[in-house]
Amino acid sequence: MLENYLPVLIFLVIGFGFGAFMMALGFILGPRRPDSEKLSPYECGFEAFEDSRMKFDVRFYLVAILFIIFDLEIAFLFPWAVVLREIGMFGFVAMVIFLALLVVGFIYEWKKGALQWE
Amino acid sequence: MDLTLTSFAPAMPEMFLLGMLSLVLVVDLFLTERTRHITYILSLLSLAGTFWLVLDGYPRLPELAFHGSYINDPMAALLKLFMLLAVMVVLVYSKEYIKQRDMYKGEFYLLVLFATLGMLVLASAHTLLTVYMGLELLSLSMYAMVALRRDNVDASEAAMKYFVLGAMASAMLLYGMSLVYGATGTLDFALMGEAAAKLPTNDVTMLFGIIFMLVGVAFKLGAVPFHMWVPDVYHGAPTAVTLFISSAPKLAAFAMLMRIFVDGLGELHQQWQGILIVMALLSFGLGNLVAIAQTNLKRMLAYSGISHIGFLLLGVLSGTSEGYAASLYYAITYVVMSLGGFGMILLLSRAGFEADKLDDLKGLNDRSPWFALMMMMLMFSMAGVPPFLGFWAKLAVIQAAVGVGLVWLAIAAVVFSVVGAFYYLRIIKLMYFDKPESDAPIESSADLRILLSANSLAVVGLGLFPSSLLAICSASIG
Repeated sequence: MLENYLPVLIFLVIGFGFGAFMMALGFILGPRRPDSEKLSPYECGFEAFEDSRMKFDVRFYLVAILFIIFDLEIAFLFPWAVVLREIGMFGFVAMVIFLALLVVGFIYEWKKGALQWE
Repeated sequence: MDLTLTSFAPAMPEMFLLGMLSLVLVVDLFLTERTRHITYILSLLSLAGTFWLVLDGYPRLPELAFHGSYINDPMAALLKLFMLLAVMVVLVYSKEYIKQRDMYKGEFYLLVLFATLGMLVLASAHTLLTVYMGLELLSLSMYAMVALRRDNVDASEAAMKYFVLGAMASAMLLYGMSLVYGATGTLDFALMGEAAAKLPTNDVTMLFGIIFMLVGVAFKLGAVPFHMWVPDVYHGAPTAVTLFISSAPKLAAFAMLMRIFVDGLGELHQQWQGILIVMALLSFGLGNLVAIAQTNLKRMLAYSGISHIGFLLLGVLSGTSEGYAASLYYAITYVVMSLGGFGMILLLSRAGFEADKLDDLKGLNDRSPWFALMMMMLMFSMAGVPPFLGFWAKLAVIQAAVGVGLVWLAIAAVVFSVVGAFYYLRIIKLMYFDKPESDAPIESSADLRILLSANSLAVVGLGLFPSSLLAICSASIG
Protein backbone atom coordinates (compact mmCIF):
# COMPACT_ATOMS: atom_id res chain seq x y z
CA MET A 1 0.00 0.00 0.00
CA LEU A 2 2.76 2.42 0.94
CA GLU A 3 4.48 2.02 -2.44
CA ASN A 4 1.56 3.96 -3.92
CA TYR A 5 3.04 7.06 -2.36
CA LEU A 6 6.42 6.55 -4.04
CA PRO A 7 5.81 9.35 -6.59
CA VAL A 8 5.21 11.74 -3.70
CA LEU A 9 8.50 10.75 -2.09
CA ILE A 10 10.31 11.15 -5.40
CA PHE A 11 8.69 14.56 -5.83
CA LEU A 12 9.84 15.65 -2.38
CA VAL A 13 13.37 14.36 -2.92
CA ILE A 14 13.66 16.04 -6.31
CA GLY A 15 12.11 19.22 -4.93
CA PHE A 16 14.56 19.49 -2.06
CA GLY A 17 17.43 18.18 -4.18
CA PHE A 18 16.85 20.73 -6.91
CA GLY A 19 16.77 23.60 -4.44
CA ALA A 20 19.93 22.40 -2.72
CA PHE A 21 21.61 21.75 -6.08
CA MET A 22 20.98 25.27 -7.35
CA MET A 23 22.25 26.85 -4.16
CA ALA A 24 25.30 24.60 -4.13
CA LEU A 25 25.99 25.49 -7.76
CA GLY A 26 26.01 29.18 -7.00
CA PHE A 27 28.15 28.56 -3.99
CA ILE A 28 30.73 26.50 -5.89
CA LEU A 29 30.87 28.22 -9.27
CA GLY A 30 30.35 31.85 -8.26
CA PRO A 31 33.55 33.88 -7.84
CA ARG A 32 33.93 35.28 -4.31
CA ARG A 33 36.30 38.20 -3.91
CA PRO A 34 34.93 40.16 -0.98
CA ASP A 35 36.38 43.48 0.06
CA SER A 36 35.20 45.95 2.63
CA GLU A 37 33.33 48.09 0.07
CA LYS A 38 31.33 45.14 -1.23
CA LEU A 39 30.36 43.96 2.21
CA SER A 40 29.28 47.33 3.57
CA PRO A 41 25.55 48.11 3.51
CA TYR A 42 24.38 50.71 1.02
CA GLU A 43 21.17 52.15 -0.30
CA CYS A 44 21.01 52.87 -4.07
CA GLY A 45 24.79 53.17 -4.12
CA PHE A 46 24.95 55.57 -1.17
CA GLU A 47 25.66 55.05 2.48
CA ALA A 48 22.53 53.80 4.25
CA PHE A 49 20.32 56.79 5.21
CA GLU A 50 18.39 55.26 8.06
CA ASP A 51 17.46 52.01 9.75
CA SER A 52 15.57 49.82 7.30
CA ARG A 53 13.33 48.47 10.06
CA MET A 54 11.42 51.67 10.55
CA LYS A 55 8.06 51.71 12.25
CA PHE A 56 4.99 52.03 10.10
CA ASP A 57 1.81 53.47 11.49
CA VAL A 58 -0.67 50.61 11.81
CA ARG A 59 -3.44 52.94 10.71
CA PHE A 60 -2.19 52.72 7.13
CA TYR A 61 -3.05 49.02 7.10
CA LEU A 62 -6.47 49.72 8.51
CA VAL A 63 -7.21 52.28 5.82
CA ALA A 64 -5.86 49.95 3.14
CA ILE A 65 -8.03 47.06 4.33
CA LEU A 66 -11.13 49.22 4.48
CA PHE A 67 -10.33 50.53 1.03
CA ILE A 68 -10.06 46.99 -0.39
CA ILE A 69 -13.51 46.05 0.90
CA PHE A 70 -15.25 48.99 -0.68
CA ASP A 71 -13.16 48.74 -3.82
CA LEU A 72 -14.28 45.15 -4.31
CA GLU A 73 -17.86 46.23 -3.84
CA ILE A 74 -17.50 48.35 -6.98
CA ALA A 75 -16.04 45.37 -8.82
CA PHE A 76 -19.29 43.55 -8.06
CA LEU A 77 -21.53 46.49 -8.86
CA PHE A 78 -20.27 47.11 -12.40
CA PRO A 79 -21.05 43.69 -13.93
CA TRP A 80 -24.28 43.62 -11.94
CA ALA A 81 -25.37 46.93 -13.43
CA VAL A 82 -24.64 45.70 -16.96
CA VAL A 83 -26.83 42.60 -16.68
CA LEU A 84 -29.47 44.02 -14.33
CA ARG A 85 -32.18 43.76 -17.03
CA GLU A 86 -31.60 40.05 -17.52
CA ILE A 87 -31.39 39.03 -13.87
CA GLY A 88 -34.43 41.10 -12.95
CA MET A 89 -35.91 41.37 -9.50
CA PHE A 90 -33.92 38.46 -8.10
CA GLY A 91 -30.63 40.05 -8.98
CA PHE A 92 -31.78 43.37 -7.59
CA VAL A 93 -32.79 41.87 -4.24
CA ALA A 94 -29.57 39.85 -4.04
CA MET A 95 -27.51 42.99 -4.51
CA VAL A 96 -29.58 44.89 -1.95
CA ILE A 97 -28.86 42.15 0.60
CA PHE A 98 -25.18 42.27 -0.25
CA LEU A 99 -25.07 46.03 0.13
CA ALA A 100 -27.05 45.86 3.36
CA LEU A 101 -24.40 43.54 4.81
CA LEU A 102 -21.72 45.95 3.70
CA VAL A 103 -23.58 48.83 5.31
CA VAL A 104 -23.61 46.91 8.59
CA GLY A 105 -19.84 46.65 8.36
CA PHE A 106 -19.62 50.31 7.46
CA ILE A 107 -21.67 51.36 10.48
CA TYR A 108 -19.37 49.23 12.63
CA GLU A 109 -16.16 50.78 11.38
CA TRP A 110 -17.58 54.29 11.53
CA LYS A 111 -18.80 53.93 15.09
CA LYS A 112 -15.54 52.29 16.16
CA GLY A 113 -13.69 55.33 14.85
CA ALA A 114 -11.71 53.46 12.20
CA LEU A 115 -12.29 56.30 9.75
CA GLN A 116 -10.81 58.95 12.02
CA TRP A 117 -7.15 59.64 11.60
CA GLU A 118 -6.60 61.44 14.88
CA MET B 1 -33.41 28.57 -13.09
CA ASP B 2 -35.61 28.04 -10.07
CA LEU B 3 -35.10 31.04 -7.91
CA THR B 4 -37.98 30.94 -5.50
CA LEU B 5 -37.44 31.34 -1.80
CA THR B 6 -37.98 27.62 -1.17
CA SER B 7 -34.79 26.76 -3.03
CA PHE B 8 -32.86 28.46 -0.25
CA ALA B 9 -34.72 26.65 2.53
CA PRO B 10 -31.88 24.21 3.33
CA ALA B 11 -29.68 27.19 4.25
CA MET B 12 -32.34 28.89 6.35
CA PRO B 13 -30.53 28.45 9.72
CA GLU B 14 -27.34 30.00 8.34
CA MET B 15 -29.22 32.93 6.82
CA PHE B 16 -31.00 33.51 10.10
CA LEU B 17 -27.71 33.41 11.98
CA LEU B 18 -26.15 35.87 9.56
CA GLY B 19 -29.08 38.23 9.98
CA MET B 20 -28.93 38.02 13.76
CA LEU B 21 -25.19 38.45 13.66
CA SER B 22 -25.55 41.71 11.77
CA LEU B 23 -28.10 42.81 14.32
CA VAL B 24 -25.79 41.98 17.24
CA LEU B 25 -22.97 43.80 15.48
CA VAL B 26 -24.96 47.02 15.21
CA VAL B 27 -26.68 46.80 18.59
CA ASP B 28 -23.40 46.19 20.40
CA LEU B 29 -22.01 49.47 19.05
CA PHE B 30 -24.52 51.42 21.11
CA LEU B 31 -23.97 49.52 24.33
CA THR B 32 -21.68 50.36 27.20
CA GLU B 33 -19.82 48.06 29.57
CA ARG B 34 -22.82 48.14 31.90
CA THR B 35 -25.37 47.09 29.28
CA ARG B 36 -23.16 44.55 27.54
CA HIS B 37 -25.32 41.69 28.83
CA ILE B 38 -27.73 42.60 26.01
CA THR B 39 -25.09 41.38 23.53
CA TYR B 40 -24.72 38.20 25.56
CA ILE B 41 -28.42 37.53 25.63
CA LEU B 42 -28.88 38.41 21.95
CA SER B 43 -26.04 36.03 21.01
CA LEU B 44 -27.60 33.22 22.99
CA LEU B 45 -30.97 33.97 21.41
CA SER B 46 -29.44 33.91 17.91
CA LEU B 47 -27.90 30.52 18.60
CA ALA B 48 -31.10 29.20 20.13
CA GLY B 49 -33.10 30.46 17.15
CA THR B 50 -30.68 28.82 14.75
CA PHE B 51 -30.92 25.63 16.79
CA TRP B 52 -34.67 25.68 16.47
CA LEU B 53 -34.50 26.29 12.72
CA VAL B 54 -32.10 23.36 12.24
CA LEU B 55 -34.38 21.15 14.31
CA ASP B 56 -37.43 22.36 12.42
CA GLY B 57 -35.85 21.67 9.06
CA TYR B 58 -34.34 18.32 10.09
CA PRO B 59 -34.22 16.53 6.75
CA ARG B 60 -35.08 12.90 6.09
CA LEU B 61 -33.40 12.92 2.71
CA PRO B 62 -30.53 15.12 1.59
CA GLU B 63 -31.69 18.48 0.24
CA LEU B 64 -29.49 20.51 -2.08
CA ALA B 65 -29.40 24.27 -2.45
CA PHE B 66 -27.38 26.87 -4.34
CA HIS B 67 -26.98 24.65 -7.42
CA GLY B 68 -25.63 21.69 -5.55
CA SER B 69 -23.01 23.53 -3.55
CA TYR B 70 -24.95 23.27 -0.30
CA ILE B 71 -26.45 20.19 1.27
CA ASN B 72 -28.69 19.65 4.23
CA ASP B 73 -28.66 15.98 5.17
CA PRO B 74 -29.18 14.24 8.52
CA MET B 75 -25.45 14.25 9.27
CA ALA B 76 -25.18 17.99 8.69
CA ALA B 77 -28.25 18.66 10.82
CA LEU B 78 -27.04 16.48 13.70
CA LEU B 79 -23.60 18.07 13.66
CA LYS B 80 -25.12 21.54 13.55
CA LEU B 81 -27.35 20.84 16.53
CA PHE B 82 -24.39 19.75 18.62
CA MET B 83 -22.21 22.63 17.36
CA LEU B 84 -24.87 25.15 18.36
CA LEU B 85 -25.39 23.50 21.73
CA ALA B 86 -21.65 23.49 22.36
CA VAL B 87 -21.31 27.16 21.43
CA MET B 88 -24.17 28.11 23.73
CA VAL B 89 -22.48 26.21 26.55
CA VAL B 90 -19.21 27.99 25.75
CA LEU B 91 -20.89 31.39 26.02
CA VAL B 92 -22.41 30.60 29.41
CA TYR B 93 -19.19 29.09 30.79
CA SER B 94 -16.97 31.93 29.68
CA LYS B 95 -19.12 34.90 30.76
CA GLU B 96 -17.53 35.46 34.16
CA TYR B 97 -14.04 34.62 32.94
CA ILE B 98 -13.99 37.17 30.14
CA LYS B 99 -15.50 39.80 32.42
CA GLN B 100 -12.62 39.39 34.85
CA ARG B 101 -10.03 39.58 32.09
CA ASP B 102 -11.04 42.66 30.18
CA MET B 103 -12.37 40.61 27.27
CA TYR B 104 -16.01 41.40 27.95
CA LYS B 105 -16.44 43.10 24.62
CA GLY B 106 -18.88 42.72 21.78
CA GLU B 107 -16.08 41.37 19.62
CA PHE B 108 -15.80 38.17 21.64
CA TYR B 109 -19.43 37.35 20.99
CA LEU B 110 -19.27 38.46 17.37
CA LEU B 111 -16.24 36.32 16.63
CA VAL B 112 -17.92 33.35 18.27
CA LEU B 113 -20.99 33.89 16.11
CA PHE B 114 -18.92 34.33 12.94
CA ALA B 115 -16.99 31.16 13.72
CA THR B 116 -20.27 29.35 14.34
CA LEU B 117 -21.57 30.48 10.98
CA GLY B 118 -18.38 29.13 9.40
CA MET B 119 -18.88 25.80 11.14
CA LEU B 120 -22.45 25.52 9.93
CA VAL B 121 -21.36 26.25 6.36
CA LEU B 122 -18.60 23.66 6.67
CA ALA B 123 -21.03 21.02 7.91
CA SER B 124 -23.25 21.59 4.88
CA ALA B 125 -20.57 22.05 2.24
CA HIS B 126 -21.10 20.12 -0.93
CA THR B 127 -18.37 21.55 -3.14
CA LEU B 128 -14.72 22.16 -2.40
CA LEU B 129 -15.29 25.92 -2.62
CA THR B 130 -17.99 25.86 0.04
CA VAL B 131 -15.66 23.82 2.24
CA TYR B 132 -12.97 26.43 1.85
CA MET B 133 -15.33 29.31 2.50
CA GLY B 134 -16.66 27.78 5.69
CA LEU B 135 -13.20 26.84 6.84
CA GLU B 136 -11.76 30.31 6.38
CA LEU B 137 -14.70 31.98 8.10
CA LEU B 138 -14.10 29.64 11.03
CA SER B 139 -10.31 29.87 11.09
CA LEU B 140 -10.01 33.64 10.71
CA SER B 141 -12.45 34.17 13.56
CA MET B 142 -10.49 31.77 15.74
CA TYR B 143 -7.14 33.43 15.03
CA ALA B 144 -8.64 36.74 16.11
CA MET B 145 -10.19 35.18 19.20
CA VAL B 146 -6.85 33.79 20.36
CA ALA B 147 -5.36 37.27 19.96
CA LEU B 148 -8.20 38.96 21.80
CA ARG B 149 -6.01 39.68 24.84
CA ARG B 150 -3.43 41.43 22.77
CA ASP B 151 -1.44 42.80 25.72
CA ASN B 152 -0.87 39.25 26.94
CA VAL B 153 2.45 37.84 25.68
CA ASP B 154 1.38 34.19 25.75
CA ALA B 155 -1.84 34.86 23.90
CA SER B 156 -0.13 36.96 21.21
CA GLU B 157 2.49 34.27 20.69
CA ALA B 158 -0.16 31.59 20.46
CA ALA B 159 -2.15 33.66 17.99
CA MET B 160 0.90 34.26 15.82
CA LYS B 161 1.79 30.56 15.73
CA TYR B 162 -1.77 29.59 15.09
CA PHE B 163 -2.13 32.09 12.28
CA VAL B 164 1.12 31.27 10.48
CA LEU B 165 0.64 27.51 10.71
CA GLY B 166 -3.05 27.77 9.95
CA ALA B 167 -2.42 29.85 6.86
CA MET B 168 0.11 27.24 5.70
CA ALA B 169 -2.41 24.46 6.22
CA SER B 170 -5.05 26.41 4.31
CA ALA B 171 -2.59 26.89 1.47
CA MET B 172 -1.85 23.15 1.40
CA LEU B 173 -5.55 22.38 1.40
CA LEU B 174 -6.16 24.82 -1.42
CA TYR B 175 -3.29 23.36 -3.44
CA GLY B 176 -4.72 19.89 -2.94
CA MET B 177 -8.14 21.10 -4.02
CA SER B 178 -6.72 22.61 -7.20
CA LEU B 179 -4.97 19.32 -8.03
CA VAL B 180 -8.12 17.31 -7.41
CA TYR B 181 -10.05 19.76 -9.55
CA GLY B 182 -7.43 19.33 -12.25
CA ALA B 183 -7.68 15.55 -12.11
CA THR B 184 -11.45 15.20 -11.88
CA GLY B 185 -12.64 18.38 -13.58
CA THR B 186 -15.23 19.09 -10.90
CA LEU B 187 -15.57 20.75 -7.51
CA ASP B 188 -18.92 19.16 -6.80
CA PHE B 189 -18.83 16.23 -4.37
CA ALA B 190 -21.75 14.57 -6.15
CA LEU B 191 -19.75 14.27 -9.38
CA MET B 192 -16.26 13.97 -7.93
CA GLY B 193 -16.39 10.33 -6.85
CA GLU B 194 -17.59 9.21 -10.25
CA ALA B 195 -14.91 11.21 -12.05
CA ALA B 196 -12.24 9.95 -9.68
CA ALA B 197 -13.27 6.34 -10.14
CA LYS B 198 -12.68 6.69 -13.91
CA LEU B 199 -9.08 7.73 -13.39
CA PRO B 200 -6.34 5.10 -13.67
CA THR B 201 -5.39 3.71 -10.26
CA ASN B 202 -2.61 5.69 -8.60
CA ASP B 203 -3.08 8.66 -10.87
CA VAL B 204 -0.27 10.90 -9.65
CA THR B 205 -2.18 14.20 -9.81
CA MET B 206 -5.03 12.73 -7.83
CA LEU B 207 -2.65 11.21 -5.30
CA PHE B 208 -0.97 14.55 -4.72
CA GLY B 209 -4.33 16.23 -4.40
CA ILE B 210 -5.49 13.74 -1.81
CA ILE B 211 -2.31 14.05 0.23
CA PHE B 212 -2.29 17.83 0.24
CA MET B 213 -5.95 17.97 1.22
CA LEU B 214 -5.35 15.43 3.97
CA VAL B 215 -2.54 17.59 5.33
CA GLY B 216 -4.92 20.54 5.52
CA VAL B 217 -7.68 18.54 7.18
CA ALA B 218 -5.28 16.85 9.60
CA PHE B 219 -3.99 20.24 10.66
CA LYS B 220 -7.46 21.48 11.44
CA LEU B 221 -8.20 18.30 13.38
CA GLY B 222 -4.85 18.47 15.15
CA ALA B 223 -3.73 14.96 14.17
CA VAL B 224 -0.06 13.98 14.48
CA PRO B 225 2.22 14.95 12.68
CA PHE B 226 0.29 18.20 12.13
CA HIS B 227 -0.45 18.74 15.81
CA MET B 228 2.34 21.16 16.79
CA TRP B 229 0.02 24.11 17.15
CA VAL B 230 -2.46 22.39 19.47
CA PRO B 231 -0.63 22.49 22.85
CA ASP B 232 0.78 25.97 22.31
CA VAL B 233 -2.50 27.47 21.20
CA TYR B 234 -4.54 25.73 23.89
CA HIS B 235 -2.03 26.84 26.49
CA GLY B 236 -1.52 30.41 25.31
CA ALA B 237 -5.10 31.31 24.46
CA PRO B 238 -7.39 32.64 27.18
CA THR B 239 -9.17 29.62 28.67
CA ALA B 240 -12.55 30.79 27.42
CA VAL B 241 -11.15 30.73 23.87
CA THR B 242 -9.46 27.38 24.44
CA LEU B 243 -12.80 26.03 25.56
CA PHE B 244 -14.29 27.21 22.29
CA ILE B 245 -11.46 25.97 20.03
CA SER B 246 -11.43 22.54 21.62
CA SER B 247 -15.16 21.97 21.29
CA ALA B 248 -17.40 22.85 18.36
CA PRO B 249 -14.64 23.36 15.74
CA LYS B 250 -13.65 19.70 16.20
CA LEU B 251 -17.12 18.78 14.98
CA ALA B 252 -16.58 21.10 12.02
CA ALA B 253 -13.21 19.53 11.24
CA PHE B 254 -14.82 16.11 11.42
CA ALA B 255 -17.52 17.35 9.04
CA MET B 256 -14.81 18.59 6.67
CA LEU B 257 -13.09 15.20 6.74
CA MET B 258 -16.37 13.41 6.05
CA ARG B 259 -17.46 15.77 3.31
CA ILE B 260 -14.22 15.74 1.34
CA PHE B 261 -13.08 12.18 1.82
CA VAL B 262 -16.34 10.27 2.17
CA ASP B 263 -18.89 12.30 0.20
CA GLY B 264 -16.35 13.42 -2.39
CA LEU B 265 -13.62 10.83 -2.58
CA GLY B 266 -15.28 7.83 -0.95
CA GLU B 267 -14.50 5.73 -4.03
CA LEU B 268 -10.79 6.25 -3.47
CA HIS B 269 -10.97 4.90 0.06
CA GLN B 270 -8.05 2.55 -0.63
CA GLN B 271 -5.80 5.47 -1.43
CA TRP B 272 -6.39 7.55 1.69
CA GLN B 273 -6.87 4.76 4.19
CA GLY B 274 -3.13 4.11 4.56
CA ILE B 275 -2.33 7.70 5.46
CA LEU B 276 -5.15 7.84 7.99
CA ILE B 277 -3.90 4.63 9.63
CA VAL B 278 -0.47 6.20 10.16
CA MET B 279 -2.00 9.43 11.45
CA ALA B 280 -4.35 7.64 13.82
CA LEU B 281 -1.58 5.45 15.23
CA LEU B 282 0.77 8.41 15.73
CA SER B 283 -2.01 10.57 17.20
CA PHE B 284 -3.16 8.28 19.96
CA GLY B 285 0.40 7.09 20.53
CA LEU B 286 2.14 10.42 20.81
CA GLY B 287 -0.84 12.23 22.34
CA ASN B 288 -1.16 9.79 25.22
CA LEU B 289 2.57 9.47 25.87
CA VAL B 290 3.36 13.18 25.86
CA ALA B 291 0.31 14.05 27.96
CA ILE B 292 1.90 12.13 30.84
CA ALA B 293 4.78 14.61 31.00
CA GLN B 294 2.57 17.71 31.25
CA THR B 295 2.21 19.78 34.40
CA ASN B 296 -0.23 22.24 32.90
CA LEU B 297 -3.82 21.12 32.76
CA LYS B 298 -4.55 22.95 29.50
CA ARG B 299 -1.54 21.36 27.81
CA MET B 300 -2.48 17.98 29.17
CA LEU B 301 -5.99 18.32 27.82
CA ALA B 302 -4.50 19.46 24.50
CA TYR B 303 -2.45 16.28 24.18
CA SER B 304 -5.39 14.26 25.35
CA GLY B 305 -7.38 15.97 22.58
CA ILE B 306 -4.75 14.88 20.05
CA SER B 307 -5.10 11.30 21.21
CA HIS B 308 -8.89 11.53 20.98
CA ILE B 309 -8.53 12.69 17.38
CA GLY B 310 -6.51 9.51 16.74
CA PHE B 311 -9.43 7.45 17.99
CA LEU B 312 -11.83 9.49 15.90
CA LEU B 313 -9.80 8.74 12.77
CA LEU B 314 -10.03 5.05 13.59
CA GLY B 315 -13.70 5.01 12.65
CA VAL B 316 -13.33 7.09 9.50
CA LEU B 317 -10.45 5.03 8.11
CA SER B 318 -12.46 1.82 8.38
CA GLY B 319 -14.50 3.11 5.45
CA THR B 320 -17.79 1.52 6.49
CA SER B 321 -20.96 3.34 7.44
CA GLU B 322 -20.68 1.79 10.92
CA GLY B 323 -17.22 3.31 11.17
CA TYR B 324 -18.44 6.75 10.08
CA ALA B 325 -21.28 6.58 12.60
CA ALA B 326 -18.82 5.53 15.31
CA SER B 327 -16.58 8.48 14.48
CA LEU B 328 -19.51 10.87 14.51
CA TYR B 329 -20.45 9.48 17.91
CA TYR B 330 -16.85 9.87 19.07
CA ALA B 331 -16.67 13.48 17.87
CA ILE B 332 -19.84 14.40 19.75
CA THR B 333 -18.65 12.57 22.85
CA TYR B 334 -15.29 14.29 22.75
CA VAL B 335 -16.95 17.69 22.53
CA VAL B 336 -19.13 16.97 25.57
CA MET B 337 -16.12 15.84 27.61
CA SER B 338 -13.86 18.64 26.44
CA LEU B 339 -16.47 21.24 27.37
CA GLY B 340 -16.56 19.75 30.84
CA GLY B 341 -12.79 19.58 31.22
CA PHE B 342 -12.07 23.16 30.20
CA GLY B 343 -15.24 24.32 31.94
CA MET B 344 -13.73 23.03 35.16
CA ILE B 345 -10.69 25.29 34.68
CA LEU B 346 -13.04 28.24 34.18
CA LEU B 347 -14.93 27.27 37.32
CA LEU B 348 -11.79 27.19 39.45
CA SER B 349 -10.32 30.38 37.97
CA ARG B 350 -11.03 33.75 39.42
CA ALA B 351 -9.89 37.31 38.78
CA GLY B 352 -6.11 37.30 38.50
CA PHE B 353 -5.80 33.54 38.96
CA GLU B 354 -5.73 30.84 36.29
CA ALA B 355 -6.44 27.39 37.63
CA ASP B 356 -4.60 25.80 34.74
CA LYS B 357 -1.91 23.86 36.60
CA LEU B 358 -2.37 20.30 37.66
CA ASP B 359 -1.40 21.37 41.19
CA ASP B 360 -4.40 23.70 41.30
CA LEU B 361 -6.60 20.63 41.39
CA LYS B 362 -4.91 19.31 44.51
CA GLY B 363 -7.37 18.52 47.23
CA LEU B 364 -10.37 19.69 45.25
CA ASN B 365 -12.39 17.19 47.23
CA ASP B 366 -11.78 19.20 50.40
CA ARG B 367 -12.76 22.43 48.76
CA SER B 368 -15.76 21.24 46.82
CA PRO B 369 -16.72 17.55 46.96
CA TRP B 370 -19.42 18.02 44.35
CA PHE B 371 -17.15 19.42 41.64
CA ALA B 372 -14.43 16.93 42.51
CA LEU B 373 -17.01 14.25 41.77
CA MET B 374 -17.95 15.96 38.51
CA MET B 375 -14.31 16.20 37.44
CA MET B 376 -13.77 12.57 38.38
CA MET B 377 -16.61 11.50 36.12
CA LEU B 378 -15.22 13.57 33.27
CA MET B 379 -11.76 12.09 33.70
CA PHE B 380 -13.12 8.53 33.90
CA SER B 381 -15.07 9.21 30.75
CA MET B 382 -12.03 10.59 28.90
CA ALA B 383 -9.99 7.59 30.02
CA GLY B 384 -12.68 5.32 28.65
CA VAL B 385 -13.83 3.63 31.84
CA PRO B 386 -17.24 1.98 31.63
CA PRO B 387 -20.04 2.89 32.05
CA PHE B 388 -19.16 6.49 31.20
CA LEU B 389 -19.80 8.00 27.78
CA GLY B 390 -16.17 7.90 26.63
CA PHE B 391 -16.06 4.13 27.00
CA TRP B 392 -18.88 3.54 24.52
CA ALA B 393 -17.33 5.91 22.02
CA LYS B 394 -13.97 4.13 22.22
CA LEU B 395 -15.73 0.78 21.98
CA ALA B 396 -17.61 1.87 18.85
CA VAL B 397 -14.54 3.07 16.95
CA ILE B 398 -12.46 0.05 17.97
CA GLN B 399 -15.25 -2.25 16.86
CA ALA B 400 -15.30 -0.45 13.52
CA ALA B 401 -11.56 -1.03 13.11
CA VAL B 402 -11.86 -4.69 14.05
CA GLY B 403 -14.79 -5.00 11.66
CA VAL B 404 -12.56 -4.29 8.66
CA GLY B 405 -9.78 -6.55 9.85
CA LEU B 406 -7.46 -3.94 11.34
CA VAL B 407 -7.05 -5.95 14.52
CA TRP B 408 -3.45 -4.85 15.15
CA LEU B 409 -4.51 -1.21 14.99
CA ALA B 410 -7.37 -1.88 17.39
CA ILE B 411 -4.96 -3.56 19.83
CA ALA B 412 -2.61 -0.58 19.59
CA ALA B 413 -5.55 1.72 20.32
CA VAL B 414 -6.48 -0.26 23.41
CA VAL B 415 -2.87 -0.34 24.65
CA PHE B 416 -2.47 3.40 24.28
CA SER B 417 -5.80 4.10 25.90
CA VAL B 418 -4.53 2.13 28.91
CA VAL B 419 -1.37 4.27 28.85
CA GLY B 420 -3.60 7.34 28.68
CA ALA B 421 -5.60 6.22 31.70
CA PHE B 422 -2.54 7.01 33.83
CA TYR B 423 -2.71 10.78 33.50
CA TYR B 424 -6.46 10.92 33.88
CA LEU B 425 -6.25 8.87 37.04
CA ARG B 426 -3.44 11.08 38.31
CA ILE B 427 -5.89 13.99 38.32
CA ILE B 428 -8.30 11.96 40.40
CA LYS B 429 -5.47 11.14 42.79
CA LEU B 430 -4.56 14.84 43.04
CA MET B 431 -8.15 15.77 43.78
CA TYR B 432 -8.84 13.14 46.40
CA PHE B 433 -5.56 12.22 48.08
CA ASP B 434 -3.51 15.42 48.08
CA LYS B 435 -3.75 18.42 50.38
CA PRO B 436 -5.07 21.62 48.80
CA GLU B 437 -2.51 24.37 48.21
CA SER B 438 -5.02 27.12 48.78
CA ASP B 439 -8.33 27.12 50.58
CA ALA B 440 -9.79 29.97 48.58
CA PRO B 441 -13.49 29.36 48.04
CA ILE B 442 -14.64 28.64 44.51
CA GLU B 443 -16.18 31.85 43.26
CA SER B 444 -18.28 31.32 40.23
CA SER B 445 -21.73 32.21 39.09
CA ALA B 446 -24.68 29.92 39.57
CA ASP B 447 -25.32 29.44 35.85
CA LEU B 448 -21.79 28.12 35.33
CA ARG B 449 -22.14 25.75 38.29
CA ILE B 450 -25.49 24.41 37.16
CA LEU B 451 -24.54 23.99 33.52
CA LEU B 452 -21.20 22.39 34.33
CA SER B 453 -22.93 19.93 36.62
CA ALA B 454 -25.43 19.15 33.88
CA ASN B 455 -22.55 18.77 31.43
CA SER B 456 -20.79 16.27 33.66
CA LEU B 457 -23.97 14.41 34.51
CA ALA B 458 -24.64 14.12 30.76
CA VAL B 459 -21.43 12.10 30.53
CA VAL B 460 -22.92 9.65 33.01
CA GLY B 461 -26.45 9.78 31.66
CA LEU B 462 -25.45 9.27 28.04
CA GLY B 463 -23.03 6.58 29.23
CA LEU B 464 -25.73 4.63 31.02
CA PHE B 465 -27.99 4.80 27.99
CA PRO B 466 -25.51 4.76 25.13
CA SER B 467 -27.71 3.23 22.45
CA SER B 468 -29.97 6.24 21.80
CA LEU B 469 -27.24 8.66 20.73
CA LEU B 470 -25.41 5.94 18.82
CA ALA B 471 -28.64 5.04 17.01
CA ILE B 472 -29.15 8.68 16.04
CA CYS B 473 -25.57 8.81 14.71
CA SER B 474 -26.06 5.62 12.71
CA ALA B 475 -29.33 6.87 11.28
CA SER B 476 -27.82 10.16 10.23
CA ILE B 477 -24.97 8.52 8.34
CA GLY B 478 -27.50 6.39 6.48
